[in-house]
Amino acid sequence: MVCDNCGSGEPVIHLTQIVNNEVKTLHLCEACGAEQGLQPTSAPENPALTDFLAQMGEEGGAGGVSVSGSTASENCDFCGLTMKSFRDSGRLGCPHCWEAFRPQLRGLVRRIHGSTRHVGKVYLSPDAAPADIEARVEGLRRKIERAIELEDFEQAARLRDEIRALEQGGDEVVDA
Amino acid sequence: MPEDLGIGESGLDWIDASGEFADIVLSTRVRLARNIQGHPFGVRARPHDRIRVNERMRELLPRVVPLRGARILEIPEMSARERALLLERRLASRELVGEKGNRAPAPGSALVLAPGASVSVMLNEEDHLRLQTLFSGLRVQEAWSVLDAMDDAVGAEVPYAFHPEFGFLTSCPTNVGTGLRASVLLHLPALVLTKEIGRVLQGISQVGLTFRGLYGEGSEVVGNFFQLSNQTTLGKSEEDLVDHLDRMVRQVIQYEQKARGVLLRDAASVTEDKIWRAYGLLRYARSLSFEEFMNLLSGVRLGVSLKLLPGLRVYSLNELMIYTQPAHLEEAAGRELAPAESEAHRAAYVRRVLAAEPVRTSEEGGGDSAAPEPAD
Ligand SMILES: [Zn+2]
Ligand SMILES: [Zn+2]
Repeated sequence: MVCDNCGSGEPVIHLTQIVNNEVKTLHLCEACGAEQGLQPTSAPENPALTDFLAQMGEEGGAGGVSVSGSTASENCDFCGLTMKSFRDSGRLGCPHCWEAFRPQLRGLVRRIHGSTRHVGKVYLSPDAAPADIEARVEGLRRKIERAIELEDFEQAARLRDEIRALEQGGDEVVDA
Repeated sequence: MPEDLGIGESGLDWIDASGEFADIVLSTRVRLARNIQGHPFGVRARPHDRIRVNERMRELLPRVVPLRGARILEIPEMSARERALLLERRLASRELVGEKGNRAPAPGSALVLAPGASVSVMLNEEDHLRLQTLFSGLRVQEAWSVLDAMDDAVGAEVPYAFHPEFGFLTSCPTNVGTGLRASVLLHLPALVLTKEIGRVLQGISQVGLTFRGLYGEGSEVVGNFFQLSNQTTLGKSEEDLVDHLDRMVRQVIQYEQKARGVLLRDAASVTEDKIWRAYGLLRYARSLSFEEFMNLLSGVRLGVSLKLLPGLRVYSLNELMIYTQPAHLEEAAGRELAPAESEAHRAAYVRRVLAAEPVRTSEEGGGDSAAPEPAD
């Protein structure tokens, strides 16, 4: 198996496309892939992230990465990741990076997901504050509604118990 | 003290063909990406960071309810073949076992495998934790609720990295928010044969889902298998993501069934011939490449699904798919196999399985033509 473009390199990028109503797969070596702005990923899960990052680079490069007066950091205090190495790898280095590069990440995340706000599960860390608990309870109420819709009454009862335990500030029902 | 790392038959519950539409849907997988507060991950995690995460988790995870009694497979201690077995069983990713770019597995990489093994956790992959469930057939809701419970249980013990705006924080921005990726592996031969597949997949990509083909040894899309999964992870609740995928998959299944109806109506004899030829080759061939095998298996799977090959179970077809992969063949042989040998071993294994499950044909007296009159 050789690269479809140069006919010699070993293909590492497999691009599935639809051409004239047929599924076609293009196999490219690393060099030819790079020319087209593609990088090999093990997962199918990074839809053209490099494109997004390239766009982000343009925006950040020409106009400077200051967003509404606040100058964004150039590296993360905790893990030392720089904006440049993030652009190269597309990967963040630690949870703090998300705070350090928040303005840039917000724009990127909007382009990837069409949204910047998480509306799923609310996580309650083992040492949660009261406001977090309220948010978590709200999330559990939504789940109860859904469980009832699906006629999963056992699940609904389990969730109701969990809410009760949270509201009483008691122990969490984890081992149920 | 080196433990026994042999993985035996573990982690194969998902091929038992028990789920809904098991003839069309091979498996349902849902995973959650999670990271732990206070530890660098992925690119910035140095060996000792990874080992600290590993030590913390290997102590804790087997105590959490859905993972009670789980085995911990330390990837760097495994042989290359054992790692390949995990990959071929779809329990570990290339990233985890170090196959990506032919790297050796990174320190601290591990797979936590629950006894039933429909739940497992990858440790120190791109994110600290990848909690995953893998079920047979179409079972998106069930896979999610099992995973949700496991996530609650783990999160109650370990402080996850969570941000009020971005949700669960991940190494890659494409996973942030819910960290959830649900995917369903579908066998869609009739849509391919009727050339409708392009239209269907195009539609899929317009409703927030992505697809990819199932590859052979890293090359061609083989066997008409397609994996559908949610594209975005942020801005929708887990339930919405999962419900949406479930609904869309059911629609694709309907299209596939309709296309099968068309094949049987307009091209019955051609279709039947294709199926029996595929069966005949698999039943008697002396050498099979993985690609050739997968494409023939696709025909046979279609035949079983259409009840044209009575006596052959979907389970056996799933089993064939797993055990004919290169590392599984080597494991059975107990030694390395050169490519030509591997193809011979594959064919022998396929013949054995098919011989044990004879197909009842409707024709009498060793006739040479299928019973029904030619359709046109
Ligand atoms: Zn090339
Ligand atoms: Zn950082």
